Amino acid sequence: MNFDLSAPGHRGRLSMLAAAWVVARRDFTAILFSRTFFFFLLGPLFPVIVGLLAGSVGQRVDQSGEAPAIGVVMAEADAKAMVRARDALADRLGGGLPDMHVVKDLTPAEQADPGEVLASRKGAFAGVLSGSPAAPVLTGPGPLIKDWRGDVELIAAEVRDGSLAFWPQVKLAKTSVAAPGDSRSRLRTAQGAQTLLFLLTMMLAGMVLSNLVEEKGNKIIEVLAAAIPMESVFFGKLFAMLGVSLVGIAVWGSVGGAIYLSAGSLVALPEPAVGWPMLVGLGVIYFAMAYLLLGSVFLAIGSLANTVREVQTLSMPVTMMQLMLFFFATYAMTQPGSAVEMLAVVLPFSSPFAMLARAAQEPALWPHVAALGWQVMWVVLLVRGGSMLFRRRAMKSGPQGAGRKWWRRVVSKG
Amino acid sequence: MTGNVSGFDCPLAIEARGLVKRFEGTTAVGGVDLSVPQGSVYGILGPNGAGKTTTLRMLLGIIEPDSGYRRILGAERPHDVAHAIGYLPEERGLYPSMKATEAIAFLGALRGLPLKEGRRRAHELLERHGLGYAADRQIRQLSKGMAQQVQILGTLVHRPRLVIFDEPFSGLDALNQGKLEAMMRGLAEDGTTVIFSTHVIAHAERLCDEVAIIAGGRVPFAGPVDVARDRIPAQVRLETQADEGLWRAALPTDSRREGRYWHFALPEGGIEPLLRALIAGEAGILSLSIERAGLHDAFVAIAGEAAARALEAEKPEEPRR
Repeated sequence: MNFDLSAPGHRGRLSMLAAAWVVARRDFTAILFSRTFFFFLLGPLFPVIVGLLAGSVGQRVDQSGEAPAIGVVMAEADAKAMVRARDALADRLGGGLPDMHVVKDLTPAEQADPGEVLASRKGAFAGVLSGSPAAPVLTGPGPLIKDWRGDVELIAAEVRDGSLAFWPQVKLAKTSVAAPGDSRSRLRTAQGAQTLLFLLTMMLAGMVLSNLVEEKGNKIIEVLAAAIPMESVFFGKLFAMLGVSLVGIAVWGSVGGAIYLSAGSLVALPEPAVGWPMLVGLGVIYFAMAYLLLGSVFLAIGSLANTVREVQTLSMPVTMMQLMLFFFATYAMTQPGSAVEMLAVVLPFSSPFAMLARAAQEPALWPHVAALGWQVMWVVLLVRGGSMLFRRRAMKSGPQGAGRKWWRRVVSKG
Repeated sequence: MTGNVSGFDCPLAIEARGLVKRFEGTTAVGGVDLSVPQGSVYGILGPNGAGKTTTLRMLLGIIEPDSGYRRILGAERPHDVAHAIGYLPEERGLYPSMKATEAIAFLGALRGLPLKEGRRRAHELLERHGLGYAADRQIRQLSKGMAQQVQILGTLVHRPRLVIFDEPFSGLDALNQGKLEAMMRGLAEDGTTVIFSTHVIAHAERLCDEVAIIAGGRVPFAGPVDVARDRIPAQVRLETQADEGLWRAALPTDSRREGRYWHFALPEGGIEPLLRALIAGEAGILSLSIERAGLHDAFVAIAGEAAARALEAEKPEEPRR
């Protein structure tokens, strides 16, 4: 064989990141164009269908018991007229209108302060109606009061004479401060985000684990370990699966977004404290961190296991631990500002869940920067630990001592 | 040491001293010393489980030795010179869904060869080795032997200066074994250092400039093949006309008879005094040949003794009361 050693094209030694990129590129392409990815895309359909079925039952219960209401702060006569008109219309329309309750009857000299009513955390009002039936003012979180605008205008028109000849225009006053009625909804937003994060993370970590065990079965892992550092192999595999999952999320997001937009005002999600764009951004980042943290542990397990049975045995305690930490993070979410919440934030495996819940409830952003730094540090430590474990435990050649046993037999016969 | 090995002028491609590796209390490799000259074909011989693969894995940095020292192409960390090394593991492995060209290019990419260049070289190598028709076939569609050939080409696609093959001949038919031997010779002629492990001595005898014999996790012999052969004396085969006579007293005491022939080790004083005694004793010499010991004989003698010693050394201690 004659090699042209002067031929151009060789890059020389690969850096750790370049080596990880080689592995990530291969894995990403291979998984993306495999049947596994198709089933990965279909995966969330099943919990969504179950969720929708369960949700429709829950929604009815929710609507009957805890429908969001509008607090009315007007002159006594106006306030009573508005509530009466709402009830009359509700009877004729058969529901669908927001509940209205008089919060305060104003004296002629008194000025309404809807912000104060919202901030007082008394009642479960998602918005406050002030002004007069001729010039109503609706105060509250943006998306919700926008949805209610038409209903309130209809009620105000009914107060006057019930005809379309007079149609009062509702003035909207958006608040940045959450209405007390929203805190429960935000909790639900946080809970939903956490659950989604957990399910995705577990699904992906399982996939990365199967991928590594499959490679051990194919005996490729030794080729990789001889050519590049194990840290690069681990990082490459983790980021390839992360890339695959982000493609999946983009697909799901597009489908979900299309459904949301087509559903229009029928679906009213409570606004998170940091706002939707930031929550989605943080959601993606925390999803990545949760996956990297769990995935690095699963990779270490995969490097030690040789069979699917061994993988199941070894991964079961980790899965149970992760489930417990998820429940812990969910519980911690209901105790904002407590030591329990702080512990959930500090523990690396519950930290992404706890912080995402926090993003839905608290507007401050700096704790997220600190938490992300903390989580990145743990990912690096776990990957390094996993690769060390791999070098120490995984690459034992053949059954140790087999040769000696053979020689012992030979010698004893001699 | 940087990743560039172009300025590497050490006469040894590999230098290892006292490499030790234990797994769960069992000593897999118990102090291996190796000196592999650049541009040589170097064989690592040993019975199954002797520690060959573990030694190679330590040299390549796949596992770290518990103690000892190694220098590969002048670098203490093997991954620093990974781009100049090719490795074919004993347990072959390729991604089953990859096409042959892509598999070769991927193995090159792991060693720093850009994918585009890797694909070009892969096509060239496959054509040159009569596998051009399989370029676009998935690995799972190839026979085991063909997949192994693809992996061998992937081991060489980045044009390494040091190639390590772990049991490269297993799984290949006689024809392809011959091709691989020719390929290894060609690599050495181009200045590439070739190391391979095997328990089939014939390959080593035909190919190697030097060998290391590993047994019981140790290296009882390392050096040129001729020196290994000289470890045991040449064998004399004698055929005589007479069955009995005074000449019988001249035969060495370890002589054994097989049919019409007498076999014994060449006496330390040489063949001439024996010849004189045989003639004087009227043996009637029909034929006499002196055969130099083969590498196989040397291997059995060296590895067998060492393995027996290792077993003695590893006998568990009697529990104290």
